[in-house]
Amino acid sequence: MNLRQIAACIGAEILHGEPLLEKVEIERAYASDLMSDVLAFASPGTLLLTGLTNVQIIRTAQMMDIPAVVFVRGKRPQEEAVNLARSVGMPLLVSSKSMYETCGLLYAAGLSPCVIPHREA
Amino acid sequence: MDSRYEVEFPVRGDDFLAAGEASNQIKETLVMLGVPSAISRRASVITYEAEMNLVIHAGGGILRAIITPERLTIVATDLGPGIPDLALAMKEGFSTASDRVREMGFGAGMGLPNIKRNADVLEIDTEVGRGTTLTATVFFGRQDAREG
Repeated sequence: MNLRQIAACIGAEILHGEPLLEKVEIERAYASDLMSDVLAFASPGTLLLTGLTNVQIIRTAQMMDIPAVVFVRGKRPQEEAVNLARSVGMPLLVSSKSMYETCGLLYAAGLSPCVIPHREA
Repeated sequence: MDSRYEVEFPVRGDDFLAAGEASNQIKETLVMLGVPSAISRRASVITYEAEMNLVIHAGGGILRAIITPERLTIVATDLGPGIPDLALAMKEGFSTASDRVREMGFGAGMGLPNIKRNADVLEIDTEVGRGTTLTATVFFGRQDAREG
């Protein structure tokens, strides 16, 4: 799915990156409010869904080659986060739905999850 | 590439706005040097987690990356409080981070375990009251084993 289709699927507002929506192809998604979990489990090209709004979300996405971020529950990213995303050309979407519903819609539309490796207890 | 390439960045403590800038510059350096993306992503996890540790726990420090044709070495040095129980700090889920840090999405107790998972060799030299030096090495020939 490209970002335009993803935005339509979840009814998201495009905060930044409108011209890039058709160009960014997304194969899988990862949803978390823990940045270290994103660093541990998100594979390159993954769409990140989060309820956090600070600049470190964009930094984390940058470090992991995550092409775009969806902010859930209608939360809007902080100004520093938007500025950084603009400077690196990273599209930002805002979903007014909950994390659960946003993820559910994307999963039902065929977007794959990231693979979580088996972990020893 | 030249036989040895080294970059060094000061990291300020408690500066959450700038946190990650050093790691991003190191990542850009690796990309510029033509380091494969699988390696540079592992390096990114190491540098970013180490940088966040400097910001969150150590009152700042120095982040260095040394690149040779065979390996990348990342060194994070601080004069912070040191780690009283290193074995405990290496456990997933153990964290001493503040609520403020947790609200930003960090402090889940995954930092050092994430570094360990992505490094081929990890050494941590720490002493309470003296500080910590973390040295993580990634060998360029071994990226396949850690992909996926």
